[in-house]
Amino acid sequence: MRKIGVSEIEDIALGAALLGAGGGGDPYVGKLVAIGAVKECGPVTLLDPEEIPDDALVVPIAMMGAPTILAEKAIGGTEYQTLYDTVSAFYGKPIFAFMPIEAGGVNSMLPIAAAARLGLPLVDCDGMGRAFPELQMVTFTIGGGSATPMALVDEKGNSSIFRTITNKWTEELARAVTMACGGSVSVSLYAMEGKFMKEYGVKGIVTRSQTLGSAIRRVKEAVDCSPEEQFLRITEGVRLFKGKICDVLREVRGGFNFGKVLLEGIAGDKGRQAYVEFQNENLTAVADGRILATTPDLICLVDTETFQPVPTDALKYGKRVLVVGLPCFPLWRTPEGLALVGPRYFGIDTDYIPLEERCKGGADHV
Amino acid sequence: MYKLGIDVGGTNTDAVLIDDKLNVVASVKRHTTQDVYDGILTAVRAVLEESGIDRAQIGQAMLGTTQCTNAIVERKHLAPIGILRIGAPATLGIFPMVDWAEDIKAIAVETAIIGGGFEYDGKELASFDEAAARAFFERLKAKGIRSVAISCVFSTVRDDHERRAAALCREIMGEEVHVSISSEIGSMGLIERENATILNAALYQVAETFTDGFARSLQDEGVVNADIYLSQNDGTLMTMEYARRYPILTVACGPTNSIRGASYLSQLQNAIVIDVGGTTTDLGVIQNGFPRESSVAVTIGGVRTNFRMPDVISIGLGGGSIVRELPDGTVTVGPDSVGYEITKKALVFGGSVCTATDIAVRLGMTQLGDGSRVAHLSEEFAKKAMEAITELVEDSVDAMKVSSEDVDIILVGGGSIVLPESLEGAAAVIKPAIGGVANAIGSAISKVSGNYEKLVDYLVTPRGQALEEAKAEAIEMAVGAGAIRETVEIIDMEDVPLQYYPGNTNRVKIKAAGDLA
Repeated sequence: MRKIGVSEIEDIALGAALLGAGGGGDPYVGKLVAIGAVKECGPVTLLDPEEIPDDALVVPIAMMGAPTILAEKAIGGTEYQTLYDTVSAFYGKPIFAFMPIEAGGVNSMLPIAAAARLGLPLVDCDGMGRAFPELQMVTFTIGGGSATPMALVDEKGNSSIFRTITNKWTEELARAVTMACGGSVSVSLYAMEGKFMKEYGVKGIVTRSQTLGSAIRRVKEAVDCSPEEQFLRITEGVRLFKGKICDVLREVRGGFNFGKVLLEGIAGDKGRQAYVEFQNENLTAVADGRILATTPDLICLVDTETFQPVPTDALKYGKRVLVVGLPCFPLWRTPEGLALVGPRYFGIDTDYIPLEERCKGGADHV
Repeated sequence: MYKLGIDVGGTNTDAVLIDDKLNVVASVKRHTTQDVYDGILTAVRAVLEESGIDRAQIGQAMLGTTQCTNAIVERKHLAPIGILRIGAPATLGIFPMVDWAEDIKAIAVETAIIGGGFEYDGKELASFDEAAARAFFERLKAKGIRSVAISCVFSTVRDDHERRAAALCREIMGEEVHVSISSEIGSMGLIERENATILNAALYQVAETFTDGFARSLQDEGVVNADIYLSQNDGTLMTMEYARRYPILTVACGPTNSIRGASYLSQLQNAIVIDVGGTTTDLGVIQNGFPRESSVAVTIGGVRTNFRMPDVISIGLGGGSIVRELPDGTVTVGPDSVGYEITKKALVFGGSVCTATDIAVRLGMTQLGDGSRVAHLSEEFAKKAMEAITELVEDSVDAMKVSSEDVDIILVGGGSIVLPESLEGAAAVIKPAIGGVANAIGSAISKVSGNYEKLVDYLVTPRGQALEEAKAEAIEMAVGAGAIRETVEIIDMEDVPLQYYPGNTNRVKIKAAGDLA
């Protein structure tokens, strides 16, 4: 058990933006929502998953909708109380703690705000260990968990909770409600008992985000190596490519942000070409025709000078980025995990090979 | 008719006179004074004397100044203000200024979030709470506040609630109250837009002082027929009246002016501009005649905004950079500098500190001061120092390039004598003769612009039609800002598809600019 205050939030936001693997939204507004709540209501208690009783009700909190709308409307502040009331009435028992569902700029932050405003603890655990674009892409699905009953509330006070027959229905209904409510709503989903969370959750993710964030912030303080080496050391990342963005191709289909960023090698990668494909999050990294990494491993683009994560919506011609691969949570590498989030699910015609094997001997050795 | 361009920097106040064919007739450099106006007066007098022209023949005068930036950074002369946000029940989770430093938060005397605002599609989020707005303005009036910042959720889509609040504000607090509304200042992103609006409101006195002072100094020097303009951070101009309403837009115009001035002097539309000062070197990019804009959020004095700012990198290298030899024989240059004391401390000026300027003199790249005072420096040492300088600059040039192709490089600024004539990655290195006053030239030759931004569903309005409509809006805005209609061109156009929005919603951004009438 430990406390999360404003300085911890700064680091968690930065680290989670890296783990967002290109998605997860702009950490700035999410961070302000969390900081605003903590300044108003006091620090949040972070609990280790092992501190949660097996039968306690644990509820992940997130937002659904467009990050650009969140950047205008933020949140109202009463949404979390409404969510609490709706969910606890449905289950007929109190909520013991909140938790994040994914690591990313926005959804890592909102559960902190919820916990602060309601005086509930936050669990150091999520369902992805990174960000993914679709609702069913959580480790809890592997364990047979269901997104519903899912509750949605808006800042105006509207609330709904529904059970659905398939994930597709959940997605469709949730989207319809989100749009009707103005494009951005607070949600709770995958409500679960402590025992299930401990079995399938990605444990220690809040702490990992914080450690990464703090290390990125201090990356230039390294004395015995270059900032780039230090960055790779602290993230335990594999250096995939360093390049300048020479084109960004974007397309919006079915509410998702698809695209491809083309890179021209710089420094040690001069003369080489690479690209990264994304669907909200980065899916594959390919250099000189050879695949270097694929989902579910994390493909992260960071600024070559500041090592700040560059989300897919901020990719811009001329920007210089370092492409880094981070190994995903082990459960994603099982057949069940790969069926949910492996390359073939996203229409990429290749088998999943772990990042460490693909890049054995360095990303520039074929 | 002539144009008078003035740049007030931290160290120097520069003035240039340009004729109607845009030839530079005269240019001077004077020290910036504590009260700034003496410095402007001195520089204007000097440039008029040097040119000998009839001062009544000056038709336009342009000022670029760091006054607003300095006021924010130093927390000086900022006015007490009221902050009104329209958007409840949304946005209550983030109070205005939540992440601002305590020392600048004090400018907010009264803050309120009231009901109102819009959804992304222009539907009302909540009805405008007129009673709450009235009560807020009454409180401000009772406290004697003279400036108000008003923001509203999705006011970039619909600004009616902001305008209603502004009208109420004037009704209650009087016509002369200074009202800043966010839809006229920032773009998408409530918090950044609100931040910029708050800064704008707090700067109204600073703006009054420097616009009045500039006008007065011109008047006193007999420059009576000139229209007066201020430089904006995107390389375009605004009128005095506009600058008084939107002083925040003057922030960071210095680098922009230097880039544009360099482009003008070299007649290049696409190049990297290296502005070498005494302590630092700024690198920027000129793209189709305008500075390339930064894509990251800009922080001014610790406050995050979403302004249009030039993409500039600064390195610790200048004419006064201190040169040292380490025990292992390597030679370092900067980042520390003797700064404005170079005329006392550098070797060639009789001082005892070896500076980048001394190295340039030793290697015969320039003649300055007493060359014999650097004869004792070994050629090997001097060459090593020059290699270090070259490497610093070449790395930064590479970082600013958008492709591996060589680009033209324009060297300006007083310290540019310390850079070599050829650089790796450069197609050509151009050193304009009067590059030292590039800032003031940039100010004098600026255009006026109009910026238009809107969300458009391409299923409702086809892309081609939407872009044409947006272009027309931007052109009207440029003309409204003083541009000659026939010269207005679209200089930037961007449409970004927005995920999760219904249909095929895009954010369309257009910028148009033209010559001054």
